[in-house]
Parts: sequence; structure tokens; C-alpha cells
Amino acid sequence: MAYSDKVLDHYENPRNVGSLDKNDPTVGTGMVGAPACGDVMKLMIKVNENGIIEDAKFKTYGCGSAIASSSLVTEWLKGRTIEEAYAIKNTAIAEELALPPVKIHCSVLAEDAIKAAVADIKAKQSAKATI
Amino acid sequence: MERPPIYLDYSATTPVDIRVAEKMIPYLTEHYGNPASRSHPYGWTAEKAVENAREEVAKLVNADPREIVWTSGATESNNLAIKGAANFYASTKGKHIITIATEHKAVIDPVRELERQGFTATYLEPEPDGLVDLVKFKAAIQPDTVLASVMLVNNEIGVIQDIEAIGDICREAGVIFHVDAAQATGKVKIDLASLAVDLMSFSAHKTYGPKGVGALYVCRKPRIRIEAQMHGGGHERGMRSGTLATHQIVGMGEAFRIAREEMASENERIRMLRDRLLAGLQDIEETYVNGDLAHRIPHNLNISFNYVEGESLIMAIKGIAVSSGSACTSASLEPSYVLRALGRSDELAHSSIRFSIGRFTTEADVDYTIRLLKDKIEKLRELSPLWEMFKDGIDISKVQWAAH
Amino acid sequence: MTTAYFDHNSTTALKTEVLEAMLPFMVKQHGNATSRHVYGRTARAAVEHAREQVANAVGAYANQIVFTASGTEANNFAVRGICNNLAPAQILTSAIEHPCVSRPALTMQAHGWQASSIQVNGDCNIDMAHLQKLLQTPTHLISAMLVNNETGAIQDIAAAAAIARQHKAYVHTDAVQALGKIPVDFFALGVHAMTVSSHKIGGPLGAGALVLDKRIDIQPLLYGGGQEKGLRSGTENVSAIVGFGAACELAVKNLSAFDAHTANLRHHLEVGLAKLKAVVFGYNGLRVANTSFFAFNNIEGETLVTALDKAGFAVASGSACSSDSTEPSHVLLAMGVPEYLARGAVRVSFGLSNTIEEVEHFLLTLKQELTRLSNLTAIAA
Repeated sequence: MAYSDKVLDHYENPRNVGSLDKNDPTVGTGMVGAPACGDVMKLMIKVNENGIIEDAKFKTYGCGSAIASSSLVTEWLKGRTIEEAYAIKNTAIAEELALPPVKIHCSVLAEDAIKAAVADIKAKQSAKATI
Repeated sequence: MERPPIYLDYSATTPVDIRVAEKMIPYLTEHYGNPASRSHPYGWTAEKAVENAREEVAKLVNADPREIVWTSGATESNNLAIKGAANFYASTKGKHIITIATEHKAVIDPVRELERQGFTATYLEPEPDGLVDLVKFKAAIQPDTVLASVMLVNNEIGVIQDIEAIGDICREAGVIFHVDAAQATGKVKIDLASLAVDLMSFSAHKTYGPKGVGALYVCRKPRIRIEAQMHGGGHERGMRSGTLATHQIVGMGEAFRIAREEMASENERIRMLRDRLLAGLQDIEETYVNGDLAHRIPHNLNISFNYVEGESLIMAIKGIAVSSGSACTSASLEPSYVLRALGRSDELAHSSIRFSIGRFTTEADVDYTIRLLKDKIEKLRELSPLWEMFKDGIDISKVQWAAH
Repeated sequence: MTTAYFDHNSTTALKTEVLEAMLPFMVKQHGNATSRHVYGRTARAAVEHAREQVANAVGAYANQIVFTASGTEANNFAVRGICNNLAPAQILTSAIEHPCVSRPALTMQAHGWQASSIQVNGDCNIDMAHLQKLLQTPTHLISAMLVNNETGAIQDIAAAAAIARQHKAYVHTDAVQALGKIPVDFFALGVHAMTVSSHKIGGPLGAGALVLDKRIDIQPLLYGGGQEKGLRSGTENVSAIVGFGAACELAVKNLSAFDAHTANLRHHLEVGLAKLKAVVFGYNGLRVANTSFFAFNNIEGETLVTALDKAGFAVASGSACSSDSTEPSHVLLAMGVPEYLARGAVRVSFGLSNTIEEVEHFLLTLKQELTRLSNLTAIAA
């Protein structure tokens, strides 16, 4: 299968690989996918008091397109508000990386990972608010 | 320009040995007759070459040349054997077929087609080591079993089935026994004079011969009959019509001659290379060899690398040409059905690599491969959330994954 | 002794350009076209390029080309594959078909089909009135060759296809002997399936194709790895397919030169044959330029062919595939040629490599042999 240059670039030089402290109350974690499906994405975002994403890290078990999709979104997330992050659509990811039809699910997974991470940070924030 | 990757995909296809190509070319240029032309020397020369090649193929497997029928490849041989024998004997023996779940698609799919035509089939699961349990095989035989088809060497995991014992079971039960030996020639000794095998498929391009030619062994004692699948000029004693591709047949003959003469020493060298590769790769944590190691051709090593996804692994090791599953099915994203039949999880099936070593593989190739794998697996595990969890002591199989 | 090869309808010498195209794929580029690594992708690209070349040569789209191992396989695939997915009805083949069309048709009788034969006239052309008559019986498939391998007679397949379509029957044509000799256009012919073969046009043995209207539901002959979009499993014979593609391109390029050159040779031959009182079969019909099928009264064909061979001329006594049998040509019998004359038939089929000198030498030899053989016959009598 022919990968686009952008997929290859992210695959060869993935950005923001790693983990943040999952116990940090300002860190939201999204883990989506399943090993049996061939893709697991873990996305972590650190959000400051203004609701802006200061840092984003990922780890992905999956094909080149899945790795590239998650690497790309970590770049996109930094500096955005969690609302803006929540609005990122898989189609934008697929378009940016020129994913072939059989790889669209990778961009869907990346969108799901963002939503899961945002949901996690919101849950942490509201838990903190209740205390 | 990048140098071409190191070829470790000999089970998908082998390069044509230069000695084979040199034999073939005169039959493309000066001796271009149609071997069925009986009225002039062009035809006679071609026919003689075809018969010489038939002898070479027969010699490698200790058969009579009259038992060898030319085909366009192992796929056609398998189709001809399975559909041809099942249809011929259905009315006398019955309409049940036994095969193994790990057979090549060129066996599975003709059996499926026969099922659509009213046959029934048992797809026997092999043991976790890939081998057929003889007791279970015997138990699968029914009064109306007409045919059993078991491959000699598996294309993905290289395990060698005990066709001697299976053949005896079949002979005793009156079941026609077909063996797909496409992956076996030149790798394991085959003595058809002593084996209770009725039909055996061969391919040239897996044994350093050309693509587009194969053969089917059709046993004469006892005499096995098959219904032709290709009708026409009545070539190959009516079993398979079609103009014979002389140069390709000559190539197969030469390839099988070389295999016969060099098999012993070549396998020894290849075994050393494979063991070197195995030792090197087993240094890597969490690797699993797929299939039995003892009953296996020396050319094959199939390993799963846990916590690494298969496709990204293939992408990472572009410096070598290998296969993740059978070449014939690797266009699909499904994990290998062969590994799943062994009970491997989808993840391990996904992350399997088939290394197949051959005539032109060197020690340097193997050492490069080990270094490459070590480096890339480390890099991918660095990226893998599953590896991180494993290192944290989390049992991945116990994690509740969101349905996706 | 140098031999003049006059048996180009049986098989042709590989063209140099074709060999050059093939060589890299015979040794160096050894990928399996299904593999995803660079070796496999190189093989795949070569196969797809050849598919374009074949499609261009026959006026079809690349996705209509299904590669097979031979013309025989493509004919079996067409006849049995189309019938097997239809309810039994009548299948028609012309009386002059190659056995790799007529025999598969006969096998369908075991599955409830009625196989009937379309008559030809004395010039080896399909009798359209007889076709019309046969079509009164519900018919699902008609298979008729575009050019006959023995006489070289060209059939009006477009007309037959038009009639067939009125009766909702599919049409297959075996164009193995037509490609490279006359323009072949899949769409203009209006057929649903068409067979072509590599080794008849200067390509290697081991490759053929079925050109297929993909709206037709066809059952594969070979099941397995799912190559050729599931229609023909089996590892692609890359070098032969590459050679086939190159040969197709050359065949179209050389078509008018081939026609002019072989027409000239045949004219020379047949003027000489007339002087020797030969009967040329199909002489008054439309024939491809390179083929002449003839006989002499009271001369046995096999004896003559053997004598010609000894003198260095490779000719055929019938179609190569049935040379095994001593039966007279079924094509000639269908044309109404008496059996004693049919038994004497000799086929000369020219290629671009043949020369006027060879033809003149042939006529001289023929005259000597005829004198010698008729003397022998006279003595025997």
C-alpha cells in the first residue's frame, strides 16, 4: 500500500511520543481501540486553568496511519481550548494525511481519542469542583 | 537510490536460478515449436524437451514420468486434483471431503466450491503446534468420505505433516488422498513409490523455477482417475488440455533436477542460517515462534512480536522483504487464518512475520535482519501503550476494551 | 539443413523485443505480484502495464482483461464459466471450432444443457440462416471463432452477435487466430467474451486472456488465492504476461505490414498451387492473409507432410492440437469436403520472417514430391 508523504513523515518521526502523569488532576487520558482490532491509541492532554491544552502526548499500537493520525492530533491540540479540541473532526485528519478509504478508521479512532481525553479531564474538573 | 531490500520471502516465490533461466531461453528463441506439432522437427524438439523435464520432475519425487501431468501451477493442480477426483468418485465413494483448516486457499476454496455443489466437508483444526492429530484425523473419516487433502509443508509456518501415516489411514479406509506439496519440493525428501499418496501437487516457482508451471502426480498403482477440468486437444492423456508452455516446463525440469542434486547440502546451510536468525530474534523479549520447530522445514521461521502491530512492523522493516501471512492473502487486513487456527490471539496473529530463507540468503543478510528487528521492535514498543501496560504489570487480556 | 517454418498458426517465434521485455522478469525481478514489498509491487506494476497493452490491442478496457495460462484455458473458462451460472438451455458452437471450445460445450450436456452445432458453408463461413433457425430453441450462449485456425476463414461475428442479442444469448468468440492478422475490436464485435492468446502473436507460451464484459456473471475455473479479482486464482506468470503485453503492442503495430507481406507470399504460393492443380479450401471466402489450406487429389496428406518435412519445410496437416489423431479435419468435413480429399490437407501459415525465396523453393519441392508420390501411387496401383 502506498502511504502519503505526510503519513510517512509522522510514522518515521512521530511527534510527542510518551506519557504524562495520569494522576495529575490537570491531565486527561483517552484510551480507545482494542488490541484485537489492531489499534489502541492512548492520548494524554495537560490542560491549564484557562482550559487551554498546554501539552499532549500519545502512544499508539497500530498501523502507520494510526500512528500518524495520533501524532498529528498531538500537534494540533497544543494551544487549543478543550472545546476547540472537541470539535476536531476525523475528516480533517483524514484529509490532512491523505488517508486511503481503508484507513479512514484510523482518523475516526484519533477523533475518539480526543473526545475520550476531553471527557476525562472534564470528569476530573467536575469531581474537583464537587469537592 | 536505496538498495533493494534483502529478500526473505522465498515461500512467496523464489528467484529463477540462473542455470534454470539459461536452459529456458533457447526454448523461447530457437526451439519455439508447439510440442503437439507432430509434423516437423520444431514440434519434436519441443516434445523431447517436455518429456525430459517430466522425467526430472518424476525423479525428484520417485514417481514414474507417466504419473506426472503438467499444469499452469499448484493452484491448477490443486483444483484439478480436488474437483477432478471428487467428481469422478462421488457416485461410488460418496460426497464427504476432509481437509485441514490451515491449508492454502487453493485447497480450501475448491473444497468450498464442491460444498456449493452438494458435497460436505470437514475442516479439521490442527493442534496448537500446527500438526494434524492422527487420531482426530481418523475419527473425521465417514463412510462416505471420498477425498482427503493435507498439505505436506505449510506455507505460513513451515510445519511438515506426517503424510506417511495419514496416507496409510486413508488407504485403509478407501479414501483418495491428495497432498499439496507446493512448498515441499527441494526441502523435504518425497518418495512417492513408498507413500500411500494418490495425488500430489507441485509448483515450479517455489523451487527456483519459473512461474506459470506446475504438475500433478496422478498415481498409477493403484490407478487413480480424475475428471478433466480443462477440455480441448486432449493433451496430457486427456487429463489436461492446452498447449504446453515448453520453456516453462523445461525450466521446471531443470529446477527440480538442481533440487534433487543439491537439496541435502543446501538444506544444511539454510538450517544454520535459520538457527542463527532464531537465536538472534529470541533475544527480543515477548517473541513467540508459531508452529512446531522440530517438524518444520529449515527455510521457515514464523514469529510473533507481542505488543507491536503487524502492519506498522512491516512498514518499519522495509530493509527486508518478508511476508506477514501468506502472500496470497496479505492484501487483506484480516489476521492470518492459519495462525488463528493454531489458537493464536488476533494480536499475536497480527504481529507475525514470516521469514523464509533460501538459496541466495547469506549470513550477512541474517545478521542485518536481526539488527533491524531489534532496533525497530524497540522503537515501536516505545510507541506502544500495550507495551507500557505490560511493563507496568497489567494483564492486557483482563482489560475491558471498548467495543470498536 | 535450414528449415522454412510455415506453421505460424500453430505457434510463432518469440519476437526479440518481447524477449527483452521478459528477461528482467525471468530472473531479476522475481516478486510474487501479490506480495506487498517492493519485489511484489514491481511485479504487480508490470502485470498491470501488460493488462493495458492487451486491452489497447483489442479495443477493450484494462479491467475487462482476465489473464489465464492459455487460450485453451480462456475458452474453457468462457464456455463453462458462463454456462455454470445460468439455468440449462441450449449452447451453440460453430461446427469449425477448436476442440477447446466444442468439448467444454459438450461437457455441459451432463448438466442438462443441449449442445448444438452451427453449420458452415463451403467457404468455411457460418450459415446465418442456420443460426437463426437454431435460435428458435432457447439459447444462452453462442461460441464462434473469429478466424478459423485451419482455413483462415474470417467469420462475421458482429452479425452473429447482433442476431444473438435479439435472442438474449451471450456470445463468446475465440479470437486467438485473429489477433495480429486482422483488426480486433471487442466493442465493435459486440460480443460478451473473447479469447486471445500470447504465443500465436509472437509472445511466449503460457499466457492468454479472456476479455470479458464484466456485467456477466461467470464462474471461475480455478479457485484459490483470489487473483484476477477472484476470477482466476493462481500466482501470476509475470514474465509470460509481460511478454504477452509486449507482443500485443507489436502485433497491432505490425498488422498492416504482416498483412501485406503474407498476402504477397500467399499469392505467390497459390498461383503456384493452381498450376499444380491443388484445391485451396475456403479460397472464395474472406480469409486472413497468411493462411493457405490445400490438398491434391489422390495424395495422402500425412505422406506429403512427411516428405515436405524431410525437404526442410515445417507445415501442418491439420490443427496442431489434433495432429495426434488420424481423423480427417473436422473443419473440412463441416465444409462438405469429401473425406478422401480432406485426408490430403496441408496447411501453410506464414509469418513476417518468411520470404519469397522460401515459397519458390517450397513450390519446386512440392512439384518434385507430387511427381514422386504419384509415381509411387501408380506403381502401387
